[in-house]
Amino acid sequence: MEPLILYPEAAPFHVVKTLEEGGYPFIGVSLVSRISQLEPEEGWSGAIICADQNLDDAFFICRHLRTKERQISPLLLVIERTNLPKLELREDLFDDFVALPLDARELQIRLQRLFFRTGRGLVQEVIDYGPLHVNLETYQASIGGRLLDLTYMEYQLLTFLASHPGRVFDRETLLSRVWGYEYYGGARTVDVHIRRLRAKLGDQHETLIETVRSVGYRFGKNQRH
Amino acid sequence: MATRTNTQSKIEYVLKTVKERKVNFIQLWFSDVLGTPKSFQITPAELETALVEGMTFDGSAIDGFSRVQESDVIALPDPTTFCLLPSDPTIGRVFCDINNLDSTPFAGCPRNTLRSALDRAHELGYSFFAAPELEYFYFASKLNNGVPEPLDSGSYFELTVSDLPSQLRKMTVLALEDMGIPVEYSQHEDAPSQHEIDLRYTDALTMADNVMTTRLVVKEIASQHGVHATFMPKPIAGVQGSGMHTHFSLFKENRNAFYDSEAPWGLSEVAKHFIAGLLRHAPEITAVTNQWVNSYKRLVVGYEAPVYVSWAQNNRSALIRVPKPKSNNPDATRIEYRALDAATNPYLAFAVILGAGLRGMEMGYELPNQTTENLFSLTPEQVGEMGIRSLPGNLDEAIREMENSSLVKDVLGEHVFEWFVRNKRDEWAGYKTHVSQFEIERYLGHL
Repeated sequence: MEPLILYPEAAPFHVVKTLEEGGYPFIGVSLVSRISQLEPEEGWSGAIICADQNLDDAFFICRHLRTKERQISPLLLVIERTNLPKLELREDLFDDFVALPLDARELQIRLQRLFFRTGRGLVQEVIDYGPLHVNLETYQASIGGRLLDLTYMEYQLLTFLASHPGRVFDRETLLSRVWGYEYYGGARTVDVHIRRLRAKLGDQHETLIETVRSVGYRFGKNQRH
Repeated sequence: MATRTNTQSKIEYVLKTVKERKVNFIQLWFSDVLGTPKSFQITPAELETALVEGMTFDGSAIDGFSRVQESDVIALPDPTTFCLLPSDPTIGRVFCDINNLDSTPFAGCPRNTLRSALDRAHELGYSFFAAPELEYFYFASKLNNGVPEPLDSGSYFELTVSDLPSQLRKMTVLALEDMGIPVEYSQHEDAPSQHEIDLRYTDALTMADNVMTTRLVVKEIASQHGVHATFMPKPIAGVQGSGMHTHFSLFKENRNAFYDSEAPWGLSEVAKHFIAGLLRHAPEITAVTNQWVNSYKRLVVGYEAPVYVSWAQNNRSALIRVPKPKSNNPDATRIEYRALDAATNPYLAFAVILGAGLRGMEMGYELPNQTTENLFSLTPEQVGEMGIRSLPGNLDEAIREMENSSLVKDVLGEHVFEWFVRNKRDEWAGYKTHVSQFEIERYLGHL
């Protein structure tokens, strides 16, 4: 992922911290002229504009980034809660906003959503884990080069587990994250799908999904450790 | 609650898979009120519209879909059921829900009927699971002197030399597994050319879809090899008929609600009330679980089909059997309903069985004692003295029971209930006026 513009360089501490923790690369910029000077080869991935110190300057920067030549997107505006009324009729200047005082969790989710929606940045396009390859763009999964015929739910369950290798999930969590509670099966459904996924992975690879007794399921091992 | 993004991602999954796997046609499957599979085919170009808006068609030709005012309905694919056909992976199939033009669920759609029944259970915190055992026959494609001709003479569990029917069954099992339908066992059954496929338990809606798919795949693979497969409940007099014994269980959150470690035999109060409900309402739901004239030729004394309304832990003459789960697996606690035949409409059958069980729970019905005697060795009078009722003896009796059932009316809804009763009365009327081979042989010369 190419870096984001963070304006100004002295941005609120929690914004910086959330970006760092989320693994989002960014470059602090306080002067308009620096935006083109520091621009990475592939272009900026987006911008976080903090309006906590000077509202008008922040709006100016936003407008500048929105001009035809630049069109930097997505653009997230960080603004004091008391200034929210000022956003009226300025909706064109930003893709999303977050209010100060900041809720770090909210910022995280907004960032994920922004970069997921634009299909840029941190959103993965493939998952590779040992013999498993999932192309998230085409929704096709293969194991050891063999294409898997999966139903939608099997596919969702596999990609959810495989994107969090080494983590143990209980059935309720899997149900709420993968099925979204709309399903008739209840938590027992998870077992049915796991069994089916294992069968489709085949004898050789079924151990990729481990049963953690009286807890739930784990896919593979955490590769970071 | 389905979020919009969730729906979009399901749709996208189907669209991308169709593109990536070079699918040429997509079959939209749905069921009429009698459980006969219906389908029409669309091209990938029409698919996106179909998934988002559904496909409008004239329902008046479909059994049980006709209405007075409006005949057009919408088939809206359920993208979670999408899969490729193992026999031809350039064809995809997807089950549809039938909606009215204003997008409300259409009352004549059996999938909607089952879904409403499941919704009621869901409101009480329960999910309903089913595991059916489908029996069927393989016959030569042509009748032999007006009688279906079996392909082998094997019997129960017989280890047959690699004969055609067993090969067909094997191919069927593999095809089902490819379509995401896990098979628990498959075996040769009692009668010549009779086979059985047991599906591994899953939620009742998926299972009803799976039963529809299984019946089609069994028939299709047979017909590709010049063989006729049939789920007709009693195709040959004098030998075992084809049933669909089905195991049912209720889960609450992550627990089997039928299990109670403290109770005798591990049977919870919920299970006892559920069984009591099913026993009390069994005669009323039989027209649905056994919906053809022929179904009642199977429900006779002397074969492995139930005749009397009774339950037991281990008694093959009982209507409801409670198999003993392995001691280390209380989650396997379940009941087996043995009246069902494989020619039922699985959506409606599962809906009325669940409805009867839930009624038992709501009303707190007392569970009668189990019956350990082999009822088939007693006379009907002896059974009657024990206070045990019989299942309806023919379709006519079954319809009469159903007509007076507020439970069945409530579960099926007005539309399906009325159409079903009317259709079955017609069937009975046609049968009643028919002069059978039995009569010709017995009476023509003699009288």
